Amino acid sequence: MPAYLEKINPPSDDKRWKMVAATMKKLGNRPSDLIEALHTVQQTFGYLDKPGLIFVAAVLKVPPSQVYGAATFYHYFTMKPQGEHTCIVCTGTACYINGAAALLKSIEAREGVRPGQTTPDGRLSVLTARCFGACGLAPVAVVDGQLESRLTPDGLQNRLEAILKEGIPSHAR
Amino acid sequence: MLAEELKTVADREHEAESARTACINVCAAASCQALQSEELRKALAQAAAAQGYGPEACTVRQVGCLGLCGAGPLVSVDPGGILYQRVQPSDAEEIVAALEGARVERLALDPAMPFFTRQHRIVLENSGRIDPDRLEDYIARDGYTALSTVLHEMHPADVIAEVTKAGLRGRGGAGYPTGLKWETVAKSAGSQKIIVCNADEGDPGAFMDRSVLESDPHRVLEGMAIAAYAVGANEGYIYVRAEYPLAVARLKTALRHAERHGLLGGDICGSHFTFRISIRLGAGAFVCGEETALLASIQGLRGTPRPRPPYPAQAGLWGYPTVINNVETFANVAPIIRNGGDWFAALGTERSKGTKVFALAGSIHNTGLIEVPMGMKLRDIVFDIGGGIPGGKRFKAVQTGGPSGGCIPENFLDTPVDYETLTGLGSIMGSGGMIVMDETSSMVDVARFFMEFCMTESCGKCIPCRAGTVQMHELLGRFCERRARTADLRMLEALCDLVRNTSLCGLGQSAPNPVLSTLRYFRPEYEAALVPDGAALASNNGAHGGAA
Repeated sequence: MPAYLEKINPPSDDKRWKMVAATMKKLGNRPSDLIEALHTVQQTFGYLDKPGLIFVAAVLKVPPSQVYGAATFYHYFTMKPQGEHTCIVCTGTACYINGAAALLKSIEAREGVRPGQTTPDGRLSVLTARCFGACGLAPVAVVDGQLESRLTPDGLQNRLEAILKEGIPSHAR
Repeated sequence: MLAEELKTVADREHEAESARTACINVCAAASCQALQSEELRKALAQAAAAQGYGPEACTVRQVGCLGLCGAGPLVSVDPGGILYQRVQPSDAEEIVAALEGARVERLALDPAMPFFTRQHRIVLENSGRIDPDRLEDYIARDGYTALSTVLHEMHPADVIAEVTKAGLRGRGGAGYPTGLKWETVAKSAGSQKIIVCNADEGDPGAFMDRSVLESDPHRVLEGMAIAAYAVGANEGYIYVRAEYPLAVARLKTALRHAERHGLLGGDICGSHFTFRISIRLGAGAFVCGEETALLASIQGLRGTPRPRPPYPAQAGLWGYPTVINNVETFANVAPIIRNGGDWFAALGTERSKGTKVFALAGSIHNTGLIEVPMGMKLRDIVFDIGGGIPGGKRFKAVQTGGPSGGCIPENFLDTPVDYETLTGLGSIMGSGGMIVMDETSSMVDVARFFMEFCMTESCGKCIPCRAGTVQMHELLGRFCERRARTADLRMLEALCDLVRNTSLCGLGQSAPNPVLSTLRYFRPEYEAALVPDGAALASNNGAHGGAA
């Protein structure tokens, strides 16, 4: 193999890329590890960006188009950086029956953001998920990694105000 | 680990069990964990120590799902099998003080509740009774004895014959006979065969697989290993949703323990049989529950299905013959081997054998996980086990099968649950999600909710599904907003027919089901939303009053 293909440089000298590369290597650096590799990148940086995708493509020897295809096909992957805090509202059937729509409406009314959006100050991202499997506690939302159960619009709003006041970044939890 | 060693471990565990005064089990499945059950466990352990119970006298441990998720956090106390609901850390002292006396009445659940007495647990027999992170707990309850028996005393063909005799059918929803699937793979040419466990539980409202993986992960691994021996596979994959971090963590722990003790990996149980399992994470694509899409995803590709045949049993992962079964299917295997196919076949209906795990949720008193014999009436599940509808509201429909299923109205509630009867009612068994709806739910809205789901989850490969779901969603929107015409209703029905018959995979073929079943049983709701022909469309604001 030509030398220029052997050495693949990460997108930046951020040390976290070394960890990502090590994890990919541990998996075997095979093309079939693409989804696992994307999970690793997103877990490390919170989202996927273009330079990251190109790096993964080079390491696994997969065409960049295929990497981009996978990254945009699977809903779990996001190519947008997330806000400081995240609120993921479950929109599964049980939560839908028990009032998930009202939760989303109240967030939109008070925070001015819809699912998939981040507040202009970058403090809160609102997302939806297809079911956390906690249907017995519906409606639920995951706020900064913590599942909140049997929510009312006011209950969720109080929780959001509390985390926004605390100022604990989501990745620290 | 050899058979004798398994027995030694089991004996040791049983001895420790009979030596202790009490055992406090705290539910540590995702649902109760979300309600801070870990804090509760610590509080209980502290209280036990403070009241003079050593760890040998009173064990406080985490266990899997105790079933009644809606009343969590749950705690059970042995001996006696007392179950406490909505327990807070502040209740710990009182619970420990009651260990050798009368139970704490204000927290106790009635063990005579139909929710408990009417269940028949096979898949969930260890759920809530063992610590999922302890291999010894599983072994103490006959864990891995079936695998050991199979490897040392049975021919692969005998294993398949036993599963066939049991009449076990795929629990992922389609109900394909498991024995037949295994036989096809066993007979397929080539030395390399693969076992895949489908744990991509994407139906919203379904959490059976999550619960089984979180509560009894070794059971699934044992089932996979038995399947591997039966068909001659040495490699296995578990494809599990990334949205289930706790299930993934428990699986990883179980895998590590099983490998370390020679229950997976090379020379399993002292035989010459080798079987290795890898975990693959899903990435939030519902279509990956479809087997060919799932295989594509394991191979690192976009999860799009391909036409069958060839079926995965002939050409699956990387072209090798592959067994793909659901979590619950694998969880049924070890008990079938231990107790015999006849024992299993004696349960259930003529064509659907054994039990089925359902996730009960929605507008119902007792939300949680249940396991009942096939053939139980829907009415018994909803009103007896489920405790009926809260808030004095009237029952309207029960939805089974998620976005691929349908809504079943009250007059069919006496139907016994099995694969064929549910299909006959225009729904499907599905993987086991059961959502109860009361009179406040609009069936047209429900149909649109599921269509929106199918629309966003359509992989886009075939046109009927990709374009058809968008058009059906738009048409359903007209009904929800009460601006639909008779022609829209005709178009909706025509599209249902087209998408059902011409889509490539199960997602598209079943996407019209929620519409078709609500049209069948709740047609007046659609008709009430029609604007009379010839009448001018009211403006958006007036549409509601005008059409109603």
